[in-house]
Amino acid sequence: MTPTAWAAPGPLDRARLTRLLQSYGVYAALLVLFVVAATLDGSFLSAGNVRIQLFQVAPTLIVALGMALVIGTEGVDLSVGAVIALAASVVPLYLGYGAPLAVLIALVCGAVCGAVGGTMVALARIQPIVATLALMIGLRGVAELINGNSAKPVTDTGLLGLGSDGFAGVPAMAWIAGACAVLTALLVRRTTFGRQLVAIGDNRRASRLAGLPVRRVLVTVYVLSGVLAALAGAMIVGHGAEADPANQGLNMELNAITAVVVGGTPLTGGRVRVLGTVAGALFMQLITAVLTQHNVHTSYTQLVEAVIICFAVYASQERGTR
Amino acid sequence: MVQQGRAPRSDWILEVAEVDKSFAGVHALRGVDFRLRPGEVHALIGENGAGKSTLIKVMTGVYRPDAGRVRLAGEDRAFRNPLEAQTAGISTIYQEVNLVPLMSVARNLCLGREPRRFGLVDVRAVNRIARETLKRYGVDVDVTRPLGSLGLGAQQMVALARAVRTDARVVVMDEPTSSLEPREVETLFSVIRGLRSQGIAVVYVSHRLDELYEICDRVTVLRDGAVVHTGDMAGLERLKLISLMLGREMSTVRAKGATAFGTGQHGEHGGDGGHEAAPVLRATGLTVRHKVHDVGLDIHHGEVVGLGGLLGAGRSETAKAITGALATDGGTVEVDGVPLARRSPAAAIRAGVVMLAEDRKTEGILPNLSVRENISLALLPRLARAGVVSGARQDEIVRFFMERLRIKAAGPDQKVSDLSGGNQQKVLLARWLCLDPKVLLLDEPTRGIDVGAKAEVQALIDELAEQGLGVLLISSDLEELIEGSDRLVVLKDGRAVGHLRGEEITEQTVLDTLAAAPPSEDLRGEDLDGEDLRGEAPAPHPDDHPAQAQGRPTAPAVTKEEPR
Repeated sequence: MTPTAWAAPGPLDRARLTRLLQSYGVYAALLVLFVVAATLDGSFLSAGNVRIQLFQVAPTLIVALGMALVIGTEGVDLSVGAVIALAASVVPLYLGYGAPLAVLIALVCGAVCGAVGGTMVALARIQPIVATLALMIGLRGVAELINGNSAKPVTDTGLLGLGSDGFAGVPAMAWIAGACAVLTALLVRRTTFGRQLVAIGDNRRASRLAGLPVRRVLVTVYVLSGVLAALAGAMIVGHGAEADPANQGLNMELNAITAVVVGGTPLTGGRVRVLGTVAGALFMQLITAVLTQHNVHTSYTQLVEAVIICFAVYASQERGTR
Repeated sequence: MVQQGRAPRSDWILEVAEVDKSFAGVHALRGVDFRLRPGEVHALIGENGAGKSTLIKVMTGVYRPDAGRVRLAGEDRAFRNPLEAQTAGISTIYQEVNLVPLMSVARNLCLGREPRRFGLVDVRAVNRIARETLKRYGVDVDVTRPLGSLGLGAQQMVALARAVRTDARVVVMDEPTSSLEPREVETLFSVIRGLRSQGIAVVYVSHRLDELYEICDRVTVLRDGAVVHTGDMAGLERLKLISLMLGREMSTVRAKGATAFGTGQHGEHGGDGGHEAAPVLRATGLTVRHKVHDVGLDIHHGEVVGLGGLLGAGRSETAKAITGALATDGGTVEVDGVPLARRSPAAAIRAGVVMLAEDRKTEGILPNLSVRENISLALLPRLARAGVVSGARQDEIVRFFMERLRIKAAGPDQKVSDLSGGNQQKVLLARWLCLDPKVLLLDEPTRGIDVGAKAEVQALIDELAEQGLGVLLISSDLEELIEGSDRLVVLKDGRAVGHLRGEEITEQTVLDTLAAAPPSEDLRGEDLDGEDLRGEAPAPHPDDHPAQAQGRPTAPAVTKEEPR
């Protein structure tokens, strides 16, 4: 990927290169990483390993999709990790009524949390980072109050199935995450709501003057983020066969933001890249896995991640525009 | 201190001589001379873009001039930054108070020169100094409270007290009264008089002519980056002052057809014809604190109503109050006789009232989105079935309006911020027109766009009115306003002070109305039409709101207003 390979040198071409990097950089990086990993280690492409990677990436991806929507409105949702904990504490309480109802109740809890955060942001006009930070702290407390401080084993076959079964060799969690990604992409591209969300993120004032239901859209976006986080929480409980609100979902908000950012969605709002977010989540999952499998110490893995995040944000910045 | 050897000490405390300043090829100042005597209050006026703020910034060290000199007390100075100018004795008070809102009043007042004790800030001394200083300005507040908890007026006083405390020789005030209550304005004026008696020179920027006549000794008028007049305030007619600002000779006969507006009247309501038909939009008693006072407007189908006035007269605020974009403190808006219950842009749009906002960048375009998205923004809900947007219908409408308005873009997918200003404006017009509105409020529709686009927009406004749209036109371009409007409402200090219609709308009458002496409190409410010196005042229309229907008494020879 040298500049000369694209076109003759010049400031204009550099701008074009930047644009290409912004648009397709994450996919190219994912591809390169995939090829390198497969070449270095033959077992990388084994069905077992792919399954493990998909299990691990699915919850992060689902949370990241909601996060991408929130970031598209020039916001951020730090409460998603705590919503996962809340879901983990709620699900075991209702498993007696069957897994579907228990998951549904968890989703409703996620929606309520999102509505609270969204209301703080849209109506009280509290900065998203502060509003959701408060929610993050509070919800962890609520989750531990409900559940006590210990991890509880889960034996419900329905929920365990959600966490470990598969279809056509692909885990159910991955199917669900994929479906969520497709729906989110359609939501952003094809619906009034999606276009309004992006418009509000680009210029909130102009959107209000154009008669857009700014508050309603903002609240809905946070509700979606909460629901998706709760869904991820139910999956994590099913996959781990235990509900551990004290530990589940820890740092999930940061992983989700990382996936969104690496996927090329700018933090300044006005743009949501759903496919990029999918690629970003996969990329971060794979790079960690590859480094770990090659016995690179965790400290170095984290350093590499830090460099990637910085580079991704740098690359996604708007430059060379008049 | 001051070198006296070379030249005799100047009479001027501050001299700006032959200053040029340009930005990216645009001449902001051209050979500007500006001189200030010690102990005078000197008004600096001009319309938007005349170069006032550039000149102020040259004087206060924010900008360095491309050519020319700045002399303080007869000494050539080249301030490299505002701090240098401040140290030399030039203080500035900006329109917005730029102090630290979370710090206490006292700390703000002493910021950067706190009295110290044992190396630490002596808080007690700070508070004492602050209390004493503010007392002299008639401000009685707890100086330990955070500045931000004070009213804007009080904050302004703190800023003023701070500026003057730095042993200032020149104080520059940029629209100091724009957010003050009348009582606070009085306090400010007494402070200014105090400064004058101490021999401190004051540069006073304001759009409120009444204030200028009350407090200023001399005036400099800027237009298009050049000084067009400098002289005593006393003896200068208001009319003369306004025509200097706007660049219109009092006696010139306007040449028709310089704008793209047609010469005919629109619709059945043009001219002096009766307004039997109900107006499509009726606003009554609109009030926005500090900005709009009891303004009423009627707009009929097919009529272009101009909203005239100088900068800061409340034109944009009136338009925003109509759409609900600005919270009102009173007033009603009816569309086709149906009052708008909820006041919000969304409600106004649903009722068919749309507004092209003045500030294209912050209130108009979605910079990162495409032309298509920008045009269809407000229309989206109508393009969707069950929340899913129909791409085909969207494309159809976008293509239609891109052709209709001749929007020059690589395609509907081009990012709107890549377009020229004129094309961005057309995109915004398309956004509103595709809603098929009944009333179009246009706030400076042709500002900052090239000549070609300007003519196209003007022709379009004409055409839309002919098709029956009610249009409110706000423009600082007097020619555009006069030729474009069927009826003209003139605002001044947030009040409707004149109504002109049809043939009455000429430069002369507009300038006369603007120059009319302010309504003093005790006169308001009386019928003064008989005394109207214009002699051709429109009879108050039955439709008109009482407060706007009165012709204000005009006194062309008045030079100083009676003390309030």
